[in-house]
Amino acid sequence: MNNKINFSKIFKVANIFSLLAVLVSILFLFFKGLNYGVDFKGGTLLEIRIENKNIQIQDIRSSLNLPELGDVNVKQFGKEGDFLIKFEKNANENEKFTTDLKNIISKKIGSAVNFRRVESVGPKVSSELLKQGLTAIVLSLAAMLFYIWIRFEWQFSLGAIMALIHDVIITLGIFSILSFEVNLSIVAAVLTIVGYSMNDTVVIFDRIRENLLKYSKISTNEISDISINETLSRTVITSLTTLFALVSIFILGGEILRGFSFAMILGVLIGTYSSIFVASPVLNYFKVTQKTLSKEEI
Amino acid sequence: MLSFTKIKVLSIYLILVSAIFFASLNLKNNNLIDKKINLGLDLQGGSYILLEIDTNPLINQKLQSKVLPIKKLLYENKINFKDFTISPDNISLTIDKEKQNKFKNLFFKQQENTVNNFIPEYNKFELNLEFSQNKAFIQFSNFGLVSLNNTALKQSIEIIRRRIDDVGTKDPTILQRGDKRILVELPGIDDPERVKELLGKTAQLTFRLVSKDDGFGSEKLILSENNEELTVNKRVVISGDNLVDAQPQFDNESNQPIVRFTLDRLGAQRFGKITTENVGSRLAIVLDNSVISAPQIREAITGGTGTISGGFSFQESTDLALLLRSGALPAPINIVEERTVGPDLGQDSIDAGVFSLIVGFILVIIFMFIKYRIFGLVSNISLIANLFMMVGILTILEATLTLPGIAGIILTVGMAVDSNVLIYERIKEELKTEKLIIHAFDTGYNKAKITVIDANVTTLIAAVILFIFGSGPVKGFAVTLGVGIITTLFSAYFIARHLTSVIVLNDKEGKYFKL
Repeated sequence: MNNKINFSKIFKVANIFSLLAVLVSILFLFFKGLNYGVDFKGGTLLEIRIENKNIQIQDIRSSLNLPELGDVNVKQFGKEGDFLIKFEKNANENEKFTTDLKNIISKKIGSAVNFRRVESVGPKVSSELLKQGLTAIVLSLAAMLFYIWIRFEWQFSLGAIMALIHDVIITLGIFSILSFEVNLSIVAAVLTIVGYSMNDTVVIFDRIRENLLKYSKISTNEISDISINETLSRTVITSLTTLFALVSIFILGGEILRGFSFAMILGVLIGTYSSIFVASPVLNYFKVTQKTLSKEEI
Repeated sequence: MLSFTKIKVLSIYLILVSAIFFASLNLKNNNLIDKKINLGLDLQGGSYILLEIDTNPLINQKLQSKVLPIKKLLYENKINFKDFTISPDNISLTIDKEKQNKFKNLFFKQQENTVNNFIPEYNKFELNLEFSQNKAFIQFSNFGLVSLNNTALKQSIEIIRRRIDDVGTKDPTILQRGDKRILVELPGIDDPERVKELLGKTAQLTFRLVSKDDGFGSEKLILSENNEELTVNKRVVISGDNLVDAQPQFDNESNQPIVRFTLDRLGAQRFGKITTENVGSRLAIVLDNSVISAPQIREAITGGTGTISGGFSFQESTDLALLLRSGALPAPINIVEERTVGPDLGQDSIDAGVFSLIVGFILVIIFMFIKYRIFGLVSNISLIANLFMMVGILTILEATLTLPGIAGIILTVGMAVDSNVLIYERIKEELKTEKLIIHAFDTGYNKAKITVIDANVTTLIAAVILFIFGSGPVKGFAVTLGVGIITTLFSAYFIARHLTSVIVLNDKEGKYFKL
C-alpha cells in the first residue's frame, strides 16, 4: 500500500456519523422496536405450498379471515405458490388445529395445500428463548472484553468493546428500521458478527501495538494511521472473500437462510468499518503511547 | 518457520489422509465404520416437539387420595376434628389444641406411616403439617412436590416412548429437558399431526355407570358421538389400569372398526359383578372427560374381554387401541413448542445450501488465485484440505448438520482464507525490506502467528457461547463454525506453510515471488 490514506483526519467526521447512527438506532429500537418472529413472540409460522399456482396472495389472506387466529400476516416466500403465514395463535393449544386449518384453507381457496413447515412456540418458551438470546449476546461481549483485556491494555479493551456495541446497536437499528424479522438465527448471526468484528479489530490492534514498540517518537495518531494502512489490504481482502461466501448464500441459499445471510452481510460491512473508525480512534483519545504498554509486552 | 522435519511432514499427511477417510464414510454404501454426519430435522424433515407436564391436577388428585387415610388415622386414634375441607393445594381441619401434638407425632411417624410417606432420598416427608390456632393445614412439602414431579415425568417419558414406538417411527429421540419438559424428536415422519394427537392425549380411561338422576356423586359429560348430555356416576367401575391389552378390530356384524380390550383378573371380576347387577343400565366409557360411547348392558360380561364401538374410523380405532395399550399419562401434557419440516422442504434446503456452498467456494478460489497466483493456489489447496478435515471431524463427532450449519461451513470458507491473507500480506511487507526471500517468508509467518491466533480465538469464543445457549439448528451452526476455526488454523499453519516452504526452498531463482 503505497498510497497512504490519512485515516485520523476523518476520524472526527466518522465518529460524529457513528454517534448519530447509534442514536438513531437507539431511538428506533426504543420507539419502533424489533419485529420479533415466532421464536421470540410466540405464535405460529406456516410455510405452505399451493398446487394451483393461479391462487393469489389475497385469496389466502381472505381464507384466513378467522377471528381466533389473531393478527395474521401472509407473504410470498420464494417460488410461486409458496407462502409464509404467521399468526398470533399458538397452534399447540389444540392438537387437531393444524389439520383443521389445512382443511379450511384448501376448501376456501379450492386447491390442495401442502404444509412444508410448521413452527409453533408457546408464550412461555418464546420468552425463555428471548432471554437466552440476549444472555448469549451479552455474555459473548463480556467474554471478548475479557480476552482483549488479557491480551492488551484496558484502552484497547475499551476500544474493542465500543466497536462491538456500535456494531450490535446499528445492526439491530437497521433491523428495526427495515422491520426485518428477528428470530433465533438472527441471534446466531449477531454473535458471529461480534466474533468477526472483533477479529478485524484484533488484527489492527496487534499492528498498533507492534508499531508502538517500533516507533517511540511518533504521535498516536500517526501510529494508528500507519497501522491501519498496513493492514488495510488484508482487511479489504478478507471482507471481500467473506462477502463472496455470504452473498452466495444470500442469493442462492434459499429463503430460510436469506435473513441470516443478510444480517451477516450487514454485520461484516459495519464490523469492518468499526474496526477502523471506532476502535482505533478510542486509542487516540486515550493517548495510548509506548508507555501505556506493560513491561512484559516490551 | 519454513523448515519441517520429516516426521512433521509425515504427520501432516497422515492427518489429512485420515480426515479424507472419515469424510468418505459419508458416501453411500459404506459398511466399514458406522459413523456419519447426521442431518438435522430441518434438512431431512421431521418434527421437534417440546412437551411440558402440568402437575397441578396430579397434586390435587394425590391430595384427594390422602383424605380417607387421614380421616382413618384421626378416627383410630380418637382425635376429634371438624371442618374438614379440601382445596386444590391443601387440606384444612380444626383440631383441639391439646390433641394437636398427638396428631403431629402420628403424622410424622417414620415407620408404617400410611398417610405421610417418608422420602428416603431427601430424608424428608412428602407432606407438611402446620397449625394456626385450632386449625391444621396439610399440604405437599417442597420435597414431596419434587418427588411427585419427578415420578410423573419419568412415567410420562416411559409412556410417550411406548406410544412412539408403537407408531413405528424410526430413530426417535425422547429426552428429559429441565424438570418439567420432555423433548421429542421424530426424524422423517410423514404424519406429524397424528403423532401430536397421540402425544397430547392423557388417555385416562374409565368405565362408569350412567345414573338416572343427577344427584351428589355424579357429573354431566358429553357423549362425543351425538353430543348427548349424560349424567355419569363419579364412581369408577374399572379404569385403564385394569387393561392388559387393546387391539383394533372390525365388528363381525356391522363391519365397523372397534377396539377389543382384555382386562386383568381383578378388573374382570369387578366388570363381571357390575354388569351382572346392572343389566339394562347404560355403561359410559369415558376417555379424558368425554364419553366415547355409552352402550346398554344387555347381559353380564364375565369373560374379562369387551369391545368399545363409537363410530370410529379405522385410524381412530387403531389410535385408541394404541393409547389404551400404552397406558394413561399421570398428568396432562401440553405441547409448548413445535417445529416441523416436511421432507421436500428439507431436500430443497440441502440443494440450495450445497449449491451456494459450491458457488461461494469457487468465487473465493478464483479470487485467491488471481490475487496471489501460485500462493493463491497453495491457499486454495489448503482450503480444500480444510473442507475435508471439517467434514472428517464432523463425522468423527457424529455431529448433526443443520441448515445454519451449512451456512457455517460457507462462512468458514470465506473466513478461512483470512489466515493465509494475513500471512501473505505480512510476507509482502517483509519482502519490501528483507533482501533474503526465505527470511522474509520466515519472519512473515512468525509475526503473523500471534495475530492469526488472536483473531481466531475471538471467533471461537462466539462459537462456544452459541453452542451453550443455542438450540437445535443454531447449535449446528456453532459446531461447524467452531470446528471450522480449528481446521482453518491447522490448514494455514501446517498444510499451507508446508506447501509454501516446498515452493520457496525449491525456487532458487525467485521467479514466483511476485506476491
